[in-house]
Amino acid sequence: MSRWFPWLQAAPLALVLATFLLLPIALIVVVSFYDYDSFSLIPDFVLTNYQEVFASPVTWQTYLKTLWFAGLTWLVTFALGFWLAYYLAFVVQDATWRTVLFILCTVPFWTSNLIRMIAWVPFLGRNGIMNNTLMGAGLIEQPLEFLLFSDFSVILAFVHLYTLFMVVPIFNTMMRIDRRLLEAARDAGAGFWQTLWCVILPLCKPGIGIGSIFVVVLVMGDFATVRLMSGGQSASVGLMISNQIGLMQYPAAAANAVVLLAMVLLLVAAMLRAIDIRKEL
Amino acid sequence: MPGRTARILLGTLFVLFLLFLYGPTLTITILSFQGPDGGLTFPMNGVSLHWFGRLFQPQAVGDLGASMTRTLLLAAMVTASTVVISLAAGMAFRRRFPGSGALFYLTLASLIVPSILVSLGVGLLFNRMEWEPAWYSSAFGAQLTWTLPFGLLIMFAVFNRFDRSWEEAARDMGATPWQSFWHVVLPIIAPSVVGIALFGFTLSFDEFARTLLTAGSGNTLPLEILGMTTTVTTPVLYALGTVSTALSFLVIGGAMLGVKLLARRRGA
Repeated sequence: MSRWFPWLQAAPLALVLATFLLLPIALIVVVSFYDYDSFSLIPDFVLTNYQEVFASPVTWQTYLKTLWFAGLTWLVTFALGFWLAYYLAFVVQDATWRTVLFILCTVPFWTSNLIRMIAWVPFLGRNGIMNNTLMGAGLIEQPLEFLLFSDFSVILAFVHLYTLFMVVPIFNTMMRIDRRLLEAARDAGAGFWQTLWCVILPLCKPGIGIGSIFVVVLVMGDFATVRLMSGGQSASVGLMISNQIGLMQYPAAAANAVVLLAMVLLLVAAMLRAIDIRKEL
Repeated sequence: MPGRTARILLGTLFVLFLLFLYGPTLTITILSFQGPDGGLTFPMNGVSLHWFGRLFQPQAVGDLGASMTRTLLLAAMVTASTVVISLAAGMAFRRRFPGSGALFYLTLASLIVPSILVSLGVGLLFNRMEWEPAWYSSAFGAQLTWTLPFGLLIMFAVFNRFDRSWEEAARDMGATPWQSFWHVVLPIIAPSVVGIALFGFTLSFDEFARTLLTAGSGNTLPLEILGMTTTVTTPVLYALGTVSTALSFLVIGGAMLGVKLLARRRGA
C-alpha cells in the first residue's frame, strides 16, 4: 500500500475543517480589527472594537453573567447527571432494563432543542400549569412571576437540554469499573460514601471531564436559550454577538467572538489540566 | 451497593427526571391539537387539526413545504458526507501518519468552538469572497464542522475494539485491501456506521445556530421555528414543533427498522 494512502483517506476531513473552521476563524480575527460604518466593513487595523469590549461595564457584566450561567448549569447537571448515571450503572441490576432506561434518557436528543425550550411556556407562564396547580392547591395566592422569562427559566432550560451530556459519558466510565473493586472496598471495610469517594469518583473522572467540557462549552456559546427563556431580560455573550450580527456590526461581533473563543479555550484547557480524558479516547 | 432507602430515593429521582425530560414535549404535542379558539396553555378548548391546517397557509410560516424539503435534503447531504468522510478518516487514523496529531486536535477543536462563531465565520468568508451563501454550500459546510467530530469519535471507539485478526485472515486468503475492507471490515462495523448516519441526521435536522448566517435566502425548518418563537403567540407554533418532531422520529425509526430487517435477511 502506498505511503500516501492515509493522507488520501484523511484529506476530505482536513479539507472541510480547513475551509469551514480554520479559514472562517482566521477571518473573524482579521475582521475584528476592521473599522465599520452603518453600511459596510472598512478594512483597517484599529483596536476600537476591542476597546469597546473591555471598556464597557455592560460587556463585563455580560461576560460575568455568561460565566455564572455556565457555572450554575454545570453544578446542577453534574449533581443530577452523576446520580442518574449511578442509578443506571450500579442500582439497576437487569441488563435489559438498564438498556431501556438508558435509551429513554437519550430519545429527547432526537428532537429539536428549540421545541424543547418552547415546551416550557405552557408550564411556566403566568396562567401556566405550574401556577394553576399551586394556586389550586392553595399554596400561593398570586401567580409566581419568576417562573418564566427569568434566570430561573434559563437555567431550567439548560439543565433540561444538557443533563444528557453529563449522564452518557459518566455512565460509560461507570460501566467500565471492575465490579470486583467495589467488593474489595467493602471487604476492606469501606462504607457507601467511602467507596464512592475513594473508588468510584476517581475512576469516573474522565467521564466527568468529558461531560463538563460539553456542558460548559454549550452554555458559553449559547444565544437562543437565553433569548427565548429570559424573554430579553437577560444577556449572554452569544446573544450579544448575535444581536451585533443583526445590526450588521460585524467587526464588533468578531471582537467579542475572539474574546469568547479565548475564554472557552482557557476553560477547556483548565479542565483538561484537572482531568486527564485521554484514556477515554 | 447503597442501602434500601437510598435505592428507593435514587429510583424516585430517576422517574422524576424522566417526567422532567418528557413532560413538556408531550404537553405541547397535546396542546397542538387545541380547538380553533384555544390558547397557549390548558384548558383544551376542544380538539381539532385547525393549527396544523394553519401551518400550510402562507401567512403562518414563510413556505413550510419548501423549508421542509430543504431541511431534509440538507440533512441527507450532511448524513451521507459525514458517513463517507469519517469512515475514510477513521481508516486513516488506524495508523500514525505525519500530521495525524494536528488533524486530531483540529477535529476536537471543531467540537469546542461555539456554533455561533462558525456561523459568523463562514458567513464572513462568503461575504468577503462575494460568494452567494446558500443552504447547500455554506450551511452544508458549517454543519459538517459539527457532525464530523462526532463521526470520527465514533470511528475511534469502533476501531479501538476491532479485532485485526479478521483482516489478517482475509489478507492471508489473498484479498486485496479493497476486498478486505468491503467484505470483512465494513460488514463488521456496519452497526456503528448506521449510528454515525443517525447522529449526522439528527444533528443536521435540528441545527439552527450554524445555519443562522449561512443558509442564505432559503430558511430551514429550525430557522422558521426560531423566527416564529418571537412573533407567534398561537398554538400554530406547537403544531410546527409536533410536525418537526414527528418527521425526525419517522426518519430515525424508519432507518432503525430498515437496518433490523436487513440484518434479519442476512442472518436467514
